[in-house]
Amino acid sequence: MKRSSSIVLVAVLIAFVAGWLTRAGSSSSVSATASSPLADAFYVTLAAFLTLAILSFLYKDNPYYKFAEHLFVGVSAAYWMSVGFWSTIVGNLFPRISSGLSAYFGVPFKDFTIYYFVPLVFGVLLLMRLSSKAGWLSRWSLAFIVGTTAGLNLVRYLRSDFITQVSNTFVPLLVNWRGSGAFFSDFSLSASGQFALSLSNWVIFLGVFCGLVYFFFSKEHKGFFGGASKMGIWILMITFGASFGYTVMGRISILVGRLTFLFHNWLGIID
Amino acid sequence: MKLKILIICSLLLPWLVPLANGQDSTGTTARPAQIAVQPPAPVGDLTARDSEDDNGHSISLSWSLSPDDAGGLKNVLGYKIFRAASKEGPFAERNVAASGINQYNDAGGSAEGDNDYMANNIDFYYKVQAITADSLVFADSPVFGPVQATGQWFNKARTTVLVFVICFMAVMLFFINKARSGADLFVRKLAGIEAVDEAIGRATEMGKPILYVLGLGTAADIATIASFTILGRVAKKVAEYQTRLIVPCNDPIVMSVAQETVRASYMDAGRPDAYKEDMVYFVTSLQFPYVAAVNGTMLRELPATNIYMGKFYAESLLLAETGALAGSIQIAGTDEIAQIPFFVVACDYTLIGEELYAASAYLGREPVLLGSLKAQDYAKAAVIVLSIIGIVAANVGWTRFVELFHITR
Repeated sequence: MKRSSSIVLVAVLIAFVAGWLTRAGSSSSVSATASSPLADAFYVTLAAFLTLAILSFLYKDNPYYKFAEHLFVGVSAAYWMSVGFWSTIVGNLFPRISSGLSAYFGVPFKDFTIYYFVPLVFGVLLLMRLSSKAGWLSRWSLAFIVGTTAGLNLVRYLRSDFITQVSNTFVPLLVNWRGSGAFFSDFSLSASGQFALSLSNWVIFLGVFCGLVYFFFSKEHKGFFGGASKMGIWILMITFGASFGYTVMGRISILVGRLTFLFHNWLGIID
Repeated sequence: MKLKILIICSLLLPWLVPLANGQDSTGTTARPAQIAVQPPAPVGDLTARDSEDDNGHSISLSWSLSPDDAGGLKNVLGYKIFRAASKEGPFAERNVAASGINQYNDAGGSAEGDNDYMANNIDFYYKVQAITADSLVFADSPVFGPVQATGQWFNKARTTVLVFVICFMAVMLFFINKARSGADLFVRKLAGIEAVDEAIGRATEMGKPILYVLGLGTAADIATIASFTILGRVAKKVAEYQTRLIVPCNDPIVMSVAQETVRASYMDAGRPDAYKEDMVYFVTSLQFPYVAAVNGTMLRELPATNIYMGKFYAESLLLAETGALAGSIQIAGTDEIAQIPFFVVACDYTLIGEELYAASAYLGREPVLLGSLKAQDYAKAAVIVLSIIGIVAANVGWTRFVELFHITR
């Protein structure tokens, strides 16, 4: 065993024993605890070790990261397969096609529904991939999945993205304007004032216009078109910048969550 | 003696006084509210009909407010809506509407297993109760019914969507036919896609593999479908140059389609023998374990080029940052707006949103893809024109035009 591995092993063992003793001490003062201090200390130490193993990737690829990665991948793949089998096949399919299978797996039988055989057949066809001779049959299922969902999505996107986007650009460019000169009679620089609201609507209109020009692929971006396109990419980049900052803020809160786990739950050095 | 009578009377007083005031000897009140709250007048003109433009399982009720709601006795607190399967009942309470409200949409579940399942084409009866602060003082309306919930084949509220679908399809078919007849449909150059060939060449020269990540989308997501086309093109080049390709997948169906795509490309390139099924492999369906595995692959295999095309979520920066650390050229494309900033920051080239779809058409040069891309461009031009008309309409108060685009259902 390498020296660094030994150091890590000893450090983890010390943390485990320290956690056990601390928990044992605190549980003696509190009359009832939900689980044993030994089990508590073991699970927290294991979780902390895996957290640190994953974070060690920030330094470089190493055996601890590899171990955590393989464990993570293996457990998650097995978990999803198990969830898929018990929720989709046992929970959904068997109660609709066979009382015997439902009884065997201990789920209540619902009404027999013949059209549940359609997904069953498609599912079996998909598994034909495992056969070198009948593998081509799986293409029927793939074509069905891709075709139906793409067709359904066309209408959904057209409604929720396209038409809603069009509708949202229908904004008055001069808010609360009631005739010549009326705009300036009620002028204010407050956030809810005429100027700010009108400016916001202008940004929406120009943003949509220039953004759409940027995403126009049938024409070279030259002249007026090029100018509008350049404006469009500026608007996009400002939007992305704001989105970046917002998301980074969220990521930092996740990091704080892991650090809180390490320092509070594991080491117990912060409250 | 008088003193004794006085003491006895004083002892009995606590029991005698409440009795005289209408209370029982245990001290409970005899519902003073019953005396204070008068019964209100019931609601009028109760009607119920099938809700329009839906798939059934819903009935709309309306009534005229009780005269004692904000007027008369002013003691109406709200309206209880009851439903029954027969005129005689029993009536089950469905909900309570606040005072001043004279409509209610009674919607139930659409699947038989739902807790609140409401069957179509079955008679229902309704009554509405004007309620007061006292639960015992209320006024029932006459029972209305029978009424049935039925599904409609056509949702009138979405007529605008239908018009757009028809127009879009017509334009798309026109351009597909035009492309099929051999017309050269122009698509402007996309820097990100121009860089793909260069990146494949770099990988070949360096003798390192190319990592292609299809993202976390399903095989039916438009971004993933576009990514399959790009993968096909990349795989064909890779087969020609005899470079190694690594495609870790997050979804088993995506993996199957990707395997088919890569196999077809290797056959197109005349190198079916070089295709190996484990070039495209499944990792796991969970997001972060998938990221952990792909990141590990990046640092162990050190690919010369990483291509991320498809649907990405929180893993975008984790992947792109690791790829940058590994020294790979990175080309990314996604239609997930929230993730584009991360790719812009960490990748050499980024296809923003619809550029991903355009890239698949640009690379594939297939009439169907080119035709649909052209149709999209015309749809964008239509959006610009409609926006300008809409803005004018909003400014001059032409509400009919604006309402055409307000699709609530």
